[in-house]
Amino acid sequence: MKGNEALAEAAIRAGCRCYFGYPITPQTEIAAYMAKRMPKEGRVFLQAESEIAAINMVLGAASAGVRAMTSSSSPGISLKSEGVSYIAGSDLPCVIINVQRGGPGLGGIQPSQSDYWQATKALGHGDFQLLVYAPSSVQEMVDMVIKAFDNADKYRMPAMILADGLLGQMMEPVSFPEIQNNQTYKPWATNGHGNKRPHNIINSLFLQADQLEKLNFERFKRYEIVKEECPEAETYMTEDADIIVAAYGAVARIAKSAVHRAREMGIKAGLVRPITLWPFPSEIIKKSTENAKSILVTEMSMGQMVDDIKLAVECKIPVHFYGRTGGVVPTPDEVLNEIKKLGGAQ
Amino acid sequence: MNKINIITGHYGSGKTTIAINTALRLAQNNKKVSIVDLDIVNPYFRTSDFPNLLKKNKIEMIAPMYAGSNLDIPAVNFDMERIISDSSYTVIDVGGDDAGAYALGRYAPLIESMKEQTDMLYVINCYRYLTKTPAEAVQLMYEIEQAARIKHTGIINNSSLGYETSAEEIEESHEFAVKISEETGLPLVFTAYRKGIDINISPKTEVELFVKPLWEI
Repeated sequence: MKGNEALAEAAIRAGCRCYFGYPITPQTEIAAYMAKRMPKEGRVFLQAESEIAAINMVLGAASAGVRAMTSSSSPGISLKSEGVSYIAGSDLPCVIINVQRGGPGLGGIQPSQSDYWQATKALGHGDFQLLVYAPSSVQEMVDMVIKAFDNADKYRMPAMILADGLLGQMMEPVSFPEIQNNQTYKPWATNGHGNKRPHNIINSLFLQADQLEKLNFERFKRYEIVKEECPEAETYMTEDADIIVAAYGAVARIAKSAVHRAREMGIKAGLVRPITLWPFPSEIIKKSTENAKSILVTEMSMGQMVDDIKLAVECKIPVHFYGRTGGVVPTPDEVLNEIKKLGGAQ
Repeated sequence: MNKINIITGHYGSGKTTIAINTALRLAQNNKKVSIVDLDIVNPYFRTSDFPNLLKKNKIEMIAPMYAGSNLDIPAVNFDMERIISDSSYTVIDVGGDDAGAYALGRYAPLIESMKEQTDMLYVINCYRYLTKTPAEAVQLMYEIEQAARIKHTGIINNSSLGYETSAEEIEESHEFAVKISEETGLPLVFTAYRKGIDINISPKTEVELFVKPLWEI
């Protein structure tokens, strides 16, 4: 399946009841697929009049306690940012997919990872975080959409799949896991009180400063649990590695090819791949790079992950960077060249 | 082989792979071949991604003028009649689904006038999610015909999982292909198999995959 189709089918399997979207390259296949499949399943597909409308529809559906999703690509995600902040401020779960393209501005339509900061630091105003998953294969797109729905419900927060145009457009064989139970009991949902309980209210406006502060404190206490339970990363040939490449998403596969080629030349290279970008898997990165001499961060951006890597290794070893941007995808040989420079080879 | 070969099918069924391989085979027989990239619905993985390969084999590539650029708008600006009359053979790589076939509809009167020299071949892949059953594949075929205002003349079975395809998987798709052929009354022109494996089905045609993952280049 195509990455975009796999994201859509996985959401259906995960019990997504409502999809609201607005077309944008390179993720339009998600909406096209949902348009075909959701009505057949007796669920809601709605092409909204804009990205802003779509995210606010997600806010509404999530308030009623159903699993809801929207998807877009970089400029469209920026438009959604106000709604995402409202969803976070209302402590609602939902899934947002960003199939990134080059930026800033309208940018381009080729793959990019330049929304890392937006996803992990500031997708909207106010004190909040998103759970951010970064798939590196079509199969992982499937697995992560399911996990994102589950964890969004569990921690009452929005979760994002941060993919890119390369993954969205490529085709790989996938298998879908059987899903047992995807209905979470949500006592807070505004789904009718039936004269049996007090009214539930979903709201993100709190004019009393101390009341808002209390809610923010509570939310960040929950984030501490997320930081304990959710970080994930893959480590590959790091045990004896002198140079460790840090990369996520599709670029991690390019980096892995480069690591193989470096090993063939006798350079001890390894790879660490953050799977969750928030919470950032700092502990795993720190441990796996303990014996390394240097780190090479590789991204399709100007180096947005570099600071997080530096913090993870507490600046104990030098962190270098090689990236391409604007929609240009680095090749394995380009990454290999950078590894060679750090390894002192010719 | 007919003078005009139109390749249609579901998104990702392998139309571009079939179109390029068809053009290459014709060119290797010293024919003057042109290939038309008529995919104006999806800017990824299409014939115009392979200009060097086509140039090397002396195949004329015709694509929307701004393909792959900032001005990649859904518009075609070439004279199909000129292209067809200038070459011995023309291969037309159509965009996916009925959405992609609308662009072909514009040329329906021209194609109709050259009906005797035209094949329109429907590429099927039973491992694609929305065309997994013969009924789904047949329905899409008719939707494509409606959009293109041209009728198909044959079926190409390109059931595969890219580089991971095994001979068994292709052989297992035979029943699916035969069923579609029977239901539509169209001949199964061939079953495609990737260079490097072999299948026990006939008629069959070897194809080379040119669309490579970026981490293998």
